[in-house]
Amino acid sequence: MPEVSSALSLSTVVLFIPIVGFLAILVFLREEQHTEQIKWTALGTSLVAFVVSLLLWIGYDASVPGLQMVQRNDWLPSAGISFYVGVDGLSLLLIILTTFIMPLAILSSFRVHVLEERGRQKLYYAFMLLLEFAMLGVFMAQDLFLFYVFWEITLVPMYFLIGIWGAEQRMYAAVKFFLYTMAGSILMLLAILYVGIQAGTFSLPDIVAGIQSGAIAFPMDGVLSSTQSFLFLGFFIAFAIKVPLWPFHSWLPDAHVQAPTAGSVILAGVLLKLGTYGIVRFCLPLFPEASVAWAPYVAVLAIIGIIYGAWVSYAQKDVKKLVAYSSVSHLGFVVLGIFALNAQGIQGGILQMVNHGISTGGLFLLVGMLYERRHTKAMDAFGGIWKAMPLFGGLSLIVVLSSMGLPGLNGFVGEFVILLGSFGSSVLGPLFTLFATLGVILAAVYMLYMFQKVFMGELDKEENKNLPQLHWQELAVLIPIIIAIFWIGLQPRPFFDTMDASVNQVVEQVHPYVVQAENTAMLTVDEFVQTAAVR
Amino acid sequence: MENLPQLVPLVVFIPLVGMIINLLWGARLGEQWAGWIGSGAAILSFLVSFLLLTYLTGSNYQSVVVNPPFLDGWLSIGSINLEIPWQQRVDTLSVTMMLVVTGVGSLIHIYAIGYMHGDERFPRFFAFLNMFLVFMLILVTGNNFLMMFVGWEGVGLCSYLLIGFWFDKAKGVGWKNSLAARKAMILNRIGDFGMLMGIFLIFWTFGTLDYYKPGEIANVEYQEHLVAQLTGEHGEAAAPAEGEHGATTTEGEAAAPAAEGEHTEAPVAEGEHGEAAAPAAEGEHAVGPAIPEYVNNDHIATDQLGVFGKAQRMLEDGAEVNFGVVSLPIETVLVLITLFLLLGATGKSAQIPLFVWLPDAMAGPTPVSALIHAATMVTAGVYMMVRSNVLYHNAETTSLVVALIGATTALAAGYIAIGQWDIKRVLAYSTISQLGFMVAAVGIGAYGAAMFHLVTHAFFKALLFLGSGSVIHGVEHGHHDVSHGHDHHHDHDFDPQDMRNMGGLRNKMPITFLTYLVGTLALAGIWPFAGFWSKDEILADAWLSNTAGGYVVLAMLVIAAAFTAFYMWRQIEMVFFGKPRTEAAEHAHESTPAMLWPLVILAFFALLAGFYNVPANAGPFTIFGFFEWLFGGAHSFTVFLEPSVAYAHAGEFQGGIAAVALILALGAILLARRVYGDNKSVTADNTDPLYVNPATRQIWSLANARLYWDETYNRLLEQPFNAIGNFLAHTLDWTFWHDYVHEKVVGRGFNALGDLLSSPVDLGIIDGIVNGLGRLVSWLAGGLRRIQTGYVRTYAITLLLGVVLVIIILLLPMLQSGS
Repeated sequence: MPEVSSALSLSTVVLFIPIVGFLAILVFLREEQHTEQIKWTALGTSLVAFVVSLLLWIGYDASVPGLQMVQRNDWLPSAGISFYVGVDGLSLLLIILTTFIMPLAILSSFRVHVLEERGRQKLYYAFMLLLEFAMLGVFMAQDLFLFYVFWEITLVPMYFLIGIWGAEQRMYAAVKFFLYTMAGSILMLLAILYVGIQAGTFSLPDIVAGIQSGAIAFPMDGVLSSTQSFLFLGFFIAFAIKVPLWPFHSWLPDAHVQAPTAGSVILAGVLLKLGTYGIVRFCLPLFPEASVAWAPYVAVLAIIGIIYGAWVSYAQKDVKKLVAYSSVSHLGFVVLGIFALNAQGIQGGILQMVNHGISTGGLFLLVGMLYERRHTKAMDAFGGIWKAMPLFGGLSLIVVLSSMGLPGLNGFVGEFVILLGSFGSSVLGPLFTLFATLGVILAAVYMLYMFQKVFMGELDKEENKNLPQLHWQELAVLIPIIIAIFWIGLQPRPFFDTMDASVNQVVEQVHPYVVQAENTAMLTVDEFVQTAAVR
Repeated sequence: MENLPQLVPLVVFIPLVGMIINLLWGARLGEQWAGWIGSGAAILSFLVSFLLLTYLTGSNYQSVVVNPPFLDGWLSIGSINLEIPWQQRVDTLSVTMMLVVTGVGSLIHIYAIGYMHGDERFPRFFAFLNMFLVFMLILVTGNNFLMMFVGWEGVGLCSYLLIGFWFDKAKGVGWKNSLAARKAMILNRIGDFGMLMGIFLIFWTFGTLDYYKPGEIANVEYQEHLVAQLTGEHGEAAAPAEGEHGATTTEGEAAAPAAEGEHTEAPVAEGEHGEAAAPAAEGEHAVGPAIPEYVNNDHIATDQLGVFGKAQRMLEDGAEVNFGVVSLPIETVLVLITLFLLLGATGKSAQIPLFVWLPDAMAGPTPVSALIHAATMVTAGVYMMVRSNVLYHNAETTSLVVALIGATTALAAGYIAIGQWDIKRVLAYSTISQLGFMVAAVGIGAYGAAMFHLVTHAFFKALLFLGSGSVIHGVEHGHHDVSHGHDHHHDHDFDPQDMRNMGGLRNKMPITFLTYLVGTLALAGIWPFAGFWSKDEILADAWLSNTAGGYVVLAMLVIAAAFTAFYMWRQIEMVFFGKPRTEAAEHAHESTPAMLWPLVILAFFALLAGFYNVPANAGPFTIFGFFEWLFGGAHSFTVFLEPSVAYAHAGEFQGGIAAVALILALGAILLARRVYGDNKSVTADNTDPLYVNPATRQIWSLANARLYWDETYNRLLEQPFNAIGNFLAHTLDWTFWHDYVHEKVVGRGFNALGDLLSSPVDLGIIDGIVNGLGRLVSWLAGGLRRIQTGYVRTYAITLLLGVVLVIIILLLPMLQSGS
C-alpha cells in the first residue's frame, strides 16, 4: 500500500495549476480588452503546469512500483469515496504528455482564423485549461468515483471546442462525440457503482489489494456469463469507445474533421489515450481473469482496427480525415500491446500512447498550418508544397516518418516493443503478430500517399505558389515535437525506466491467470493428443 | 594500435556532421563548399575505414565490439532483461562493407559535384547522400539485427528521398519520379515485414539480437588454426590458449559472463583479448601479434552467447523452442527465421518477387543510381544473409529457396535487359541480375563468393552507371547546344537516356568510352577483368555443391551470364559505335574532369579488383600462379573474410566451367556484334533488329514488355487493393456504418427513446428526475436532426455551472483538512 497522506502533494499542485489559469481568465480578463492577455495567460499557465510536471518526473522514484506523491482526503466518507490522487509509472508519462501537448495546442491557436472570426476567445482558452485539468485528473485519480467525475468533465470543454469553433458540421460532430462517449460511460458508471458497493470503497489501490489478498472476488466462471466478465465489459466498452477500438470508431472522423486544429491535437494527443490508459489502470488489475479470457478477442478487434484503419485511411481525399483514421490503426497497436499482458507489450503500449500523441498531434498541427494558408483540407488542392515551403516540407516529412514508424524515430520504438511483446505473449502469439505487422506496411502506404499528394509533384496550382513561410510561433510549436520524436527514438531508456516497475506490478497481478490459461491450453492439446491416441 | 577500433563511431559520425552542415547552412555555403563538405565527409570516413583495416591486418583479424559514445544503450527494459544496445562491430566483414561503401561512395560524391552542377537543390542533394552513408554504415557496422534494421530502413528512406529528388519537374515527370520513390519504399516495406517477423522470431528463440557478444569468436575453426600457428611460432613462450589465461585475464567481459550487462558503459575495446591482455603477455612475445586467449566459445555460458553462437549450440543440443503452446525443433525455427529474412532481402536487394521497384528507381539522379541502386544499398540483402551465414547454412530448405530465387532473378532480369531502350534501365535490370548471382551464391553456401562478387560488382557497376551519367550529360548538352542554334521544333520530348538517340559517341567521349568498355568487359565476365573471377567463383561453387539444386542453379547462371554479355555489347554498339543518330549525339562532348576521374579510378579497380581473390591451381587463367604470386596468394579475400564469416570457404577452381562460361560470354559478344554492329543497332523504323527479324520478334517483344511483370502486379495486387480500400472507406465505413447504422438506426433509437421519456403522455412510473434526464437525451438527440445554437448556449451555461459545482465539491474536503 502506498503511503497515504492528506497533505498537499505535488500531483495535486500540477492538477490544479490549470484551474488557477482558468479562474484567472474567467474572473479577471475581459473578452474585448484583454485578448492578448487571455492568450498569454493560458499559454503561461500551461507552461507552468509543464515545468511543474517535470518536477513530478524528477521527484518520482522509478524503482518503486506503487503510487507516489499521493494525496487522499475524505470526500463522501459514508460511501467510501475520497479525493485520492497520485502518480505511478503507468500515469506519469501520460501526465507529461498532457502538459507537453497543451502549451503547443494553445500556442498553435494564437494564429487561427476561426478564433478571430467567431470570437469568444476568453471562453476558448478557459475551456482549454479546463480540459487540461480534467485530463490530468483522469490520469491522477485513484478513486473510481473521482475518476468518473474527471472522465465526464473532459467531455464538456471538448464538446464546446468542437461545437463552437469547429468546421461546417460542428454541432453534429459535437453531439455525436458527446452521446457516443456518454453511452459508454453509463455502462462504466454502473460497473463502478457495483464494484464500489461490493468492495465497500471506491479507492482503487484498496480494491486491488483486496483482490490480490482474496478479500474481494468477482466470480469468473465463464467468459460470457460471469460477473467479472460483465464488469470487465462495462469498463472496457467505455474505454474502447474512447480509444476508439474498431468498430466503435464512427465518432472519430466526425470529431476530428470538424474540430478546430487545437481540438484535434488534444483529441488525438491525449483524449484518446484516456481509453487505453483506463484499460491498463482499471481493467487489468480489477478483472485480471476476465482480461486474460477476453484478450484474444480484443486483440482480434485491435488487429482489424490496425488493418482496417490503415486501409480506410489510404482511400481518403481529405487530409484531416486521413490522419483521423490513422489513429484507429495506431491505437490498435496500443490495445494489442496491452492485451499481450506481458511487460514488453504493456510498456510498448504506454510508450506508443505517448508516441501517438506526439506524432499524430504533430500531424494535426501540420494539417492546421496548411489549412490556415489554403482554407481547404482536400489533398487535391495541394501538390509540390515541399517546393513552396521547404522547411515546412522537411519538418512534415520527419513527423510523417515518425508516424509510420521509421527506426530511429519514436514511433518505431513503441511499435517494435509492442509487436515483440505480442509475439512472445502466451495469450496472443506469433499469428496475431503476423497480421498486426502487416499494419507496418500499410502505414507506409497511406502516409507516403499523403506526403506525395500534398508535398511532392509539380507545384502547379497558382494559389500554392506564394504560400507564406512558417511563422516563428508555428516553428515554436513544431520544434518541441521534432525534438521529442528524435529523443524517444534514439534514447527511449528513461521512458521505459519510468514505467518499468509499475508495469511489472500489473503484469504480476495478471500473471497467475495467464499461467492458468496457458496450462488449460496445454491441457487441451494433451487431451487432443490422448483422444487421438485412443482412437 | 589496439585503440583503433574505437574510431568506428567516427565512420558514421563524420557523414552525419556533413549532412547536418549541408542541411542547415548548405544554401549559404554555395555549390563548391557544399559539394566538398559532402565529399570530404565521405573521404574522411573512408580513411577511418582504412585505419580499421590496418588494425585488423595487424591483429590477426580479431573482431571488436564498440559502444559508441553519448548513446546510453537503446531499447532496454530492465525487469525482463531486454537489452538492445547501440553497438558497433569491427570485423573483416563489416570493414569490407565499410571500405566499399565509403570508397565507392567518395568517388561518387566527387562525381556528383560535376553532375549536379547548377541544380537548385544542390546542397540538399549532398546532405541526402551523406545521410545515406550514415544509415548504410549503421547497417554494416551494427552488432545486432535491430541496428541493421535501423540502417536498413534508413537507407530505404534515403533511396526514397533521392529517387524523388526531382519531385517537382514539370509535365508530370515530377509526379512520376515521386511515384517511383513511393513504389520503392512500399515494396521495401513489404520486405521489412519479413525482416521484422524474422527479428521477432530471433528474439524469442535466442533471447538476444546481438550477432556475437563481445569476446565471442565467430569462426572457431579459424581461431584454432590461428592459435596453433602462433603457438608453433612462438615456441614455449605462448601458453596453451585455454584455461590458464582465463584466471589472470585483464578483461572483464569475455572471461566473466557475470559482468555482461555492463557493455553500455564507456566504450571499451572488449573483443580482442590478444591486444588488451597485452600488459601481462607483452614481455613474452614482444614482436608479432599476441596470441588470442580463447580458441572457442566453450567458456561462455549459453545464455551469454549472441544469436549465432547460441544457434550453433542449440543445434548441437537438438533444442526445442517453445512459442506459447507450440513447440518447434530448432532446425524448423531456423528455416522460418531465414525465410522471413529472405523476404527482407528480396525487397532491399531487388529479387523476385519484389524487384519491380529498382528499374523505376532510375528516376533518381544518376550518381544516386550508381551509389544506392547499384553499388551499395541494394547489396544490403546479400550482406545480411552473409552476416547470418550460420543461420542460412543450417537451414537447408531456405538455402535451396534462396538459390532458386537468386538464379531465377538473374536469368529473368538478364533476359529483360535485352529488350530495353533506356541506357539506365538496361543497367538497372543488369543490377537485378547480378544481385541474383550474389543471392544464388548465398543459397549454394558460397558466402565468400557472394561477398567477392558484391565487391567487384560495386566497382564495375558504379563505373557503368557513372559512365551512363556521363553519356546522358554529354547528349543532354549536345541537345542543348543544338536547340539553341535551331528553332525549338523538335524539343522537349527529346529523351537523353534513350539509346536510340545516341550512337557514335566513342569519338566524342573517348575517356567515357574506354572506361565504359572496361566496365562492360568486367560485367560480362571476360578474363582477366574483375567480374570474371568473382562470377566464376560462384559458378564453381554451384558445381561443387554437388546437388541437383546446385546444377540447376549453375545452368541458369551460365545462361544469365551469356545474356549479360549480350545486352552489354548491344549497349556498347548502340551508344558508342556506329554513326550518331541524332544531332544531340552529333554535338555531344566529353564531361568535366570531376566526372572523369572517378571513372578512371573505378575502371582501374574494375580491372584489378578480381586479382585479390584469384583461385589456386587455375593453370593458364592465373598464368600458372603468376597472379597469385603478384597479389599475395590465392583466395586472399576469402581468407580475409573467414574470421568473421564462419562458413566462408574457398572453392576449388573449376577450369572447365570457367572455360565454358568464358567461351559463352565471348560468343554472346560476337553474336551481339553481328546483330547490332556495323551501324545496324537501330533499324530504320527506330526499333531493334531482333524485333524486325520474325524469328526473334516474340522473344524480343516479351523482353521489351518486361515479361508483363509490372502489369500483372498492377492488375492482381494494386487495383484490387485500391478497390477494397475504396469499398471499405466509402461504402462500408461511411455509407453503411457511419450514415446508416449510426445516423439512422442509433440516432432514431435515441430520438424515439427521448420522445417516449419526455412525452406528456408519461407512463407515470417515471418521476421528475428521470423525466428531466429524458429531456436531456431527447434534446441531445435532437442535435442530430436540427442544429440550433440557441440550445447550445443554455446548455453550455448549465454544464458550466455543473462543472463549477463539481470543482467546489472537490475543493471542499481539502479546505476541511487544511483547517
